[in-house]
Amino acid sequence: MASVGGSARPRSDDPALSVRSLTKRFGDRVAYQEVSFEVGRGEVFGFLGPNGAGKTTMVRTLGTLIAPSSGAATVAGLDLTPANGVAIRRRIAIMPEAPGLYLRLSVRDNLACFADLYEIPDPPDRIRQALDTVGLADRIDDACGALSKGLRQRVSLARALLSDPEVLFLDEPTSGLDPAATKDVHSLIEDLRRRGVTVFLTTHRLEEAEQLCDRVAILNTTLRTIGRPDELRDRLFRRTLTVRTVTPLARPAAVFGLVSGVTGWRVEGAGTYVLEASDITVAAPEATRALVAAGADVLALTESHHSLEDVYLQLVEENDGEPAE
Amino acid sequence: MRISRRRVEAILHKELRDLRRSGNVVSAMVVLPLVFLIQPVIQVFTIPSSGSPALHHEHTLIYMLAIPALVPAALAAYSIVGERVQGTLEPLLSTPVQQNELILGKALAVFLPSVAVAYAVFAFFIAIVEVFAAPGVASGLVQAPDVVAQIVFTPLLVTWSIWVGMAISARSSDLRTAGQVSILVSLPTVAVTSLIAFNVIPSNLRVALAFGIGLVVLDRLGWRAATLVFDRERLITTTK
Repeated sequence: MASVGGSARPRSDDPALSVRSLTKRFGDRVAYQEVSFEVGRGEVFGFLGPNGAGKTTMVRTLGTLIAPSSGAATVAGLDLTPANGVAIRRRIAIMPEAPGLYLRLSVRDNLACFADLYEIPDPPDRIRQALDTVGLADRIDDACGALSKGLRQRVSLARALLSDPEVLFLDEPTSGLDPAATKDVHSLIEDLRRRGVTVFLTTHRLEEAEQLCDRVAILNTTLRTIGRPDELRDRLFRRTLTVRTVTPLARPAAVFGLVSGVTGWRVEGAGTYVLEASDITVAAPEATRALVAAGADVLALTESHHSLEDVYLQLVEENDGEPAE
Repeated sequence: MRISRRRVEAILHKELRDLRRSGNVVSAMVVLPLVFLIQPVIQVFTIPSSGSPALHHEHTLIYMLAIPALVPAALAAYSIVGERVQGTLEPLLSTPVQQNELILGKALAVFLPSVAVAYAVFAFFIAIVEVFAAPGVASGLVQAPDVVAQIVFTPLLVTWSIWVGMAISARSSDLRTAGQVSILVSLPTVAVTSLIAFNVIPSNLRVALAFGIGLVVLDRLGWRAATLVFDRERLITTTK
């Protein structure tokens, strides 16, 4: 599967990233420990975790900037070894949290330098394409120092796209951006997904991960969980219906006790009931019929929505220090 | 792994473009050599023809070899730590560039302007001597062996100063400290050239050969040291 020295090309069915029991220590401090996961080609993969969880260190490790303490990985089909460093870096691109542009140089000069470092054929054409992608073609001769933070972030993304990478690492790409600039970056990531680029996205923004990512992993030194956002919600939280009536039901047990698909219920307040549902598509209409039959004045019947944030907080804060299953 | 000429040139061109737009650095490159011009130029205008025999025991041009020893030190000291402070080092190291290509590109970007400045200052001084010095004084101030020494030793001194500056830069986390330490470490070289200039160390072919061979050896070792000191992981992970 993997290869040495960059001579072998990866098979298209190989995962874009394969991480096996990877650990990184800085002296006594553990950045991340025994982390394993795979990312498929063309997948947008979210890597979530609190500050200091090891997200950026993982990106730097997979980007061959730092060496793992133990474990193994393949990146874009190549074994993560010092000998493969240059070959791996040819196939990937990293957009770090800070744009890291040469502020005295123009956008063109910044990108031209990186195009040459990747030994890209026909740099002017590639630079134009990359700037078109991020909507900055008209700012090509502006000094980077004269650009706003959001525009610098776009230049940084254009720089990452220059080499047409197999795997693109985006480290907190919307950190510090205003909502409009954030939306622009989200659109660009959606565009990358459509083009089949594998994106490894680290972020604090859970709604961002939920909106953009096919799967997410939650890291807090150890990997806490991994899966699709809706899978994680279902895995951690029972699905519930919240019922609100104008006046409290006289005999709620008689109403809810026999509803198909409802496995339990509780009173949350005056006229408010929470029903635990095994199958929401059965329970919701059945509960509605039962309430109408009981003559209840129904104000609302809603499915309780657990966000990815609920999953995140459950895993990161309540089980702090415990390794994932 | 082979060194890619294109990647080395990419670093070189980027550095030179950045240098051209950095007013403070260019000012420092111009001002420092002018300081070392003051005393020789005063000699040109103040020493009468009768004082010219004494000049044959001094080597004013050798004194000016302090310029190639000091000018690159400040530039080289900025080269790595400057990238760290700007936050540009991580994107740069994320590319396929190898550390020897990065170091070579950065070294060339200091070498070319430093040698150019040093030679330009020497040429300027010689022009002043030829135009303004009293007869006899000119031949004392500009001696043929000293001119040859200038031409030969300038690139060797610049190279040594670059390796020292870059090694310090790779170990530093603060711009000012890197610059100051780099200048400080270059002072022994300046001391040696000054001692030769004022005839404390005799200036003859044997000394010139020893000095030249010593610099070649140091330049070779300096390249190795600069490469070894450049620790990609430490540069990325240690705090600024």
